Amino acid sequence: MNNLLLIAYLDLKESIRAKWFVVYSLVFGGMIALFFIAGVTESQVMGFSGLSRLLLMYIQITIVILPIFILITTVRSISGDRDNHILEYMLCFPISLRQYYWGKIIGRFITVYLPVLFAMVVAIFFGAFKGASIPWSIFFLYTGLLFALSSAFLGIAFFISSFVKSSEVALGIAFFIWIFLLAFIDIALISLMMQQRFNEELIIVIAMLNPMEIFRVAAISLFDPELTVMGPVAFYILDFMSQTIFVLVSIVYPFAIGGAFAFAGFKIFEKKDLV
Amino acid sequence: MIKISNLTKKFGSHISLDNLSCEFHKNESIALMGANGAGKTTLIRSILGYYHPDIGEILVNGTNPIQDRVKVLQDISFVPQLPPPIKLSLHELMQYVSISAHVEKELIVHYANEMKLDIKANMHKSFFKLSGGMKQKMLIAISLAKNSTIIIYDEPTANLDPKARDDFYRLLQQNEEEKVLLFVTHRLEEVKDLVNRQIYMDLGRVVWDEKA
Repeated sequence: MNNLLLIAYLDLKESIRAKWFVVYSLVFGGMIALFFIAGVTESQVMGFSGLSRLLLMYIQITIVILPIFILITTVRSISGDRDNHILEYMLCFPISLRQYYWGKIIGRFITVYLPVLFAMVVAIFFGAFKGASIPWSIFFLYTGLLFALSSAFLGIAFFISSFVKSSEVALGIAFFIWIFLLAFIDIALISLMMQQRFNEELIIVIAMLNPMEIFRVAAISLFDPELTVMGPVAFYILDFMSQTIFVLVSIVYPFAIGGAFAFAGFKIFEKKDLV
Repeated sequence: MIKISNLTKKFGSHISLDNLSCEFHKNESIALMGANGAGKTTLIRSILGYYHPDIGEILVNGTNPIQDRVKVLQDISFVPQLPPPIKLSLHELMQYVSISAHVEKELIVHYANEMKLDIKANMHKSFFKLSGGMKQKMLIAISLAKNSTIIIYDEPTANLDPKARDDFYRLLQQNEEEKVLLFVTHRLEEVKDLVNRQIYMDLGRVVWDEKA
């Protein structure tokens, strides 16, 4: 086993034992269980029913809680180790900073992504067992979207973790980023739009730069390829690119953001004092 | 083995190491002393490649620890003053050390036994759940099993009872040949039989350097 995989493997084992991981897994697993108990698969809203309806609800809730879960559990991974002197000891062994940093990212990515994916797989199996038809295209789209969203916020979290000295500050920044992307940016853009200070296209482009927003739109694009539920905004998006391209962008773009932030975090980690 | 040239390290406006120059050679056992804030820990962390110097450089066997940390750290064993709350089990910690630094696990178990630490009974227990003394014994066992040519101890006996201290000094005496031993200590009387050089630091400078 090389050092990169060793770090990833040990981080994964350590995370799986942590209490936050139990809560994290229970939240996503429990959500799916709750949907079945509540009979979501039997309901029909806006034309969506069965497992499609369940997956749509799952993704709508996931978009709110997954980023904050990833941010608060990951943002302390390096800054927390720095805080309590674990980094000082673990890095006194001949491991390169590249192996340590990227090993941590790989380990943490598996930790945060697998429970979310596993909950969806359970839903598919349980739905199939109950005789529901399986919406494979939606399942694969969501697998890709969740992968991309997890990457984006993991990259952002590691970026914060690489330069913040105290884990409390890291948590504060993480929370601010989450609430900013979730709500503040929308509120600000809506007010700009209402005041008509900028043209609508610019505002929509800014909104679409937000990985949570693009995830949100892409999540409904398979059910509603014309994006009619979004009203006139759909015109701007689908006029700019086809629905297929939009779906691809919605997966590639957050993944690229995550990669860019993670890489920037690595450069800071490499150039700054380690402890 | 270790050459420190005109090393200055600042944290904001505070100068932690002030144009410090010093060399440590093979077969030297050094007691590094000084009041709190004298710069001892900063010096050690700079040798380990944790800090980027503002001015000057450190060479360990001719290699800069920041530019080639892997090569430098192959030759260094380090035990911090307070054992960190590592959440890995002893088994996992040994796996980490054994793969990253090519240390034989059996050798860690051997030195742990010499320190009267029963690793096998605690193999799957988290490191941070051990008592302070047990943690320190484990880190000492790892440092000795690594068989480095440079051993750095930052107040290593702080959590050890008198018997464990005796075991520790006995093991060190058996392993000090052809090495550089660097002790950060406030208790010279404890290590004076072991050291052949005493360095006293104040305000980031070496103010007293005496070889036996």
